[in-house]
Amino acid sequence: MLKMEGIWKTFNAGTVNEKTALSGLDLELKEGDFVTVIGGNGAGKSTMLNAVAGVWPVDEGKIYIDDIDVTKLPEHKRAKYLGRVFQDPMTGTASGMQIEENLALAARRGEFRFLKPGITHKERSYYRERLATLGLGLEDRMTTKVRLLSGGQRQALTLLMATLKRPKILLLDEHTAALDPKTAAKVLEATDRIVGENHLTTMMITHNMKDAIVHGNRLIMMYEGHIIYDVAGEEKKKLKVSDLLEKFEQASGGEFANDRMMLA
Amino acid sequence: MKFINALPGPVAQGLIWGIMAIGVYITYKVLDLADLTVDGTMATGGAVCIVMMQSGHSVGVSLLAAFLAGMAAGLVTGLFHTAMGIPAILAGILTQLGLYSVNLRIMGEKANVALAFGKYDQLVSLRWIRDVPFYQNTIFVSAVFVLVLIVILYWFFGTELGCAIRATGNNENMSRAQGINTNTGKLVGLMLSNGIVSLSSALYAQYNGFADVNAGRGAIVIGLAAVIIGNVILGKVSRNFAFKLFSVVVGAIIYWVVYQIVITAGLNANDMKLISALVVAIFLAVPYWKRKYFSKPVKKGGASNA
Repeated sequence: MLKMEGIWKTFNAGTVNEKTALSGLDLELKEGDFVTVIGGNGAGKSTMLNAVAGVWPVDEGKIYIDDIDVTKLPEHKRAKYLGRVFQDPMTGTASGMQIEENLALAARRGEFRFLKPGITHKERSYYRERLATLGLGLEDRMTTKVRLLSGGQRQALTLLMATLKRPKILLLDEHTAALDPKTAAKVLEATDRIVGENHLTTMMITHNMKDAIVHGNRLIMMYEGHIIYDVAGEEKKKLKVSDLLEKFEQASGGEFANDRMMLA
Repeated sequence: MKFINALPGPVAQGLIWGIMAIGVYITYKVLDLADLTVDGTMATGGAVCIVMMQSGHSVGVSLLAAFLAGMAAGLVTGLFHTAMGIPAILAGILTQLGLYSVNLRIMGEKANVALAFGKYDQLVSLRWIRDVPFYQNTIFVSAVFVLVLIVILYWFFGTELGCAIRATGNNENMSRAQGINTNTGKLVGLMLSNGIVSLSSALYAQYNGFADVNAGRGAIVIGLAAVIIGNVILGKVSRNFAFKLFSVVVGAIIYWVVYQIVITAGLNANDMKLISALVVAIFLAVPYWKRKYFSKPVKKGGASNA
């Protein structure tokens, strides 16, 4: 479904702030894989997701989605294949537009937009149904401007938008990190349900090791811009947080870690 | 009494500038860009329209040509901004400067071209404010123009393309993630905006009876003033998009009525640009001051930068 081959990305090349964020990253996802991604700050997790999304061109390497070479495709064209939810609840929605307008925008992802109506009656009733599944009461506030919603509501809405039109790959960039624990749990629950119902190929970055173990069928750990640990199936289910800490220590040559993330 | 007698003039002027202010609204409020191209296009439209009418074209064709010329100017600014990466404000300033030469070329190297009254099928004129049948009255004609424009824009910004442009102005990251080409959104928005401003310019030149190369000087400030006045006075009444456009036109009318009052009161007309600039500066500062000095401390959510 997704293939990344030898991806390199360096930011601010040639300056004192030079930072190699991805160094020869290889990754292949199978259809229906739900991969959780962990790693310390600056390990390249978000950079990897942004490389898939095409936020900027990569320096080297190839990216294939469903065997289509998307390496050179700009972000808005790649959007056709991707559903994305960001860490910052402000990023995923148009705050000055209504809930239903946001959904209508998402429903047209990857389609040519011209002078057809931006939203139709038929769509509205469909959106109402879908919003109801979130259990947040948003179905009764469809014409509310999104800026009036809480962070959790916005993330839930963004998640719905990302999956309204079935994406080939769902990219979740720590989409619960900015939420309080209770709301985060709710959004994660919705994530599990939506991914499961639609058998979506998913990559989810998380700072929470327990979440990384509990959710999904595969787990990868990143360090200095590439993958250092990749585990799936039964082996992943049996993982404990302490195993992950050990792995990290091994990989980073004992550099471990007061890295706060690993203790989450 | 002198003022009341003079009132219909500023109302007509306000309606015509209201069209211009709607153009400014599209860039400033919908796209969230400050587009200074309009200082040029506010002269271009008049130049194109008057010259075309003089050479025997109908008023309809001339207005259409003015609209298209404005769109072309918007396209240039849009390309400066999107294809060449020039900041929007600077892109607008560059086009505006270039348009000065273009406008002079259009008018045959003359700074001012007059349209002989009564010889052409013009739509509006400052002589048609009173003592004419209502359908010929400039206030009526301009109001119809405004109404039709608002209806068309209300429809347009409800279409898929219109929604994409609004999303672009709202949140570019989100728009791209939803497959919207934000550069196209900005281009279309800038073209539409400048086309409308140019149309207003064409009407204003007919109204005055001449096209002037300096007609657009400071136009952006008047347009912003109209947007701000309209928002201050009618912003709380309705959130409906059509009503927002309507309130911008009301803002323009108020601007010109106040202008008339100040002039009638004996102020030097040459000082008006200074006063407009200061008034707009203060109104633009109000939201900032509110945030800075009057906001209650907001409780931080569970957000972390981790």
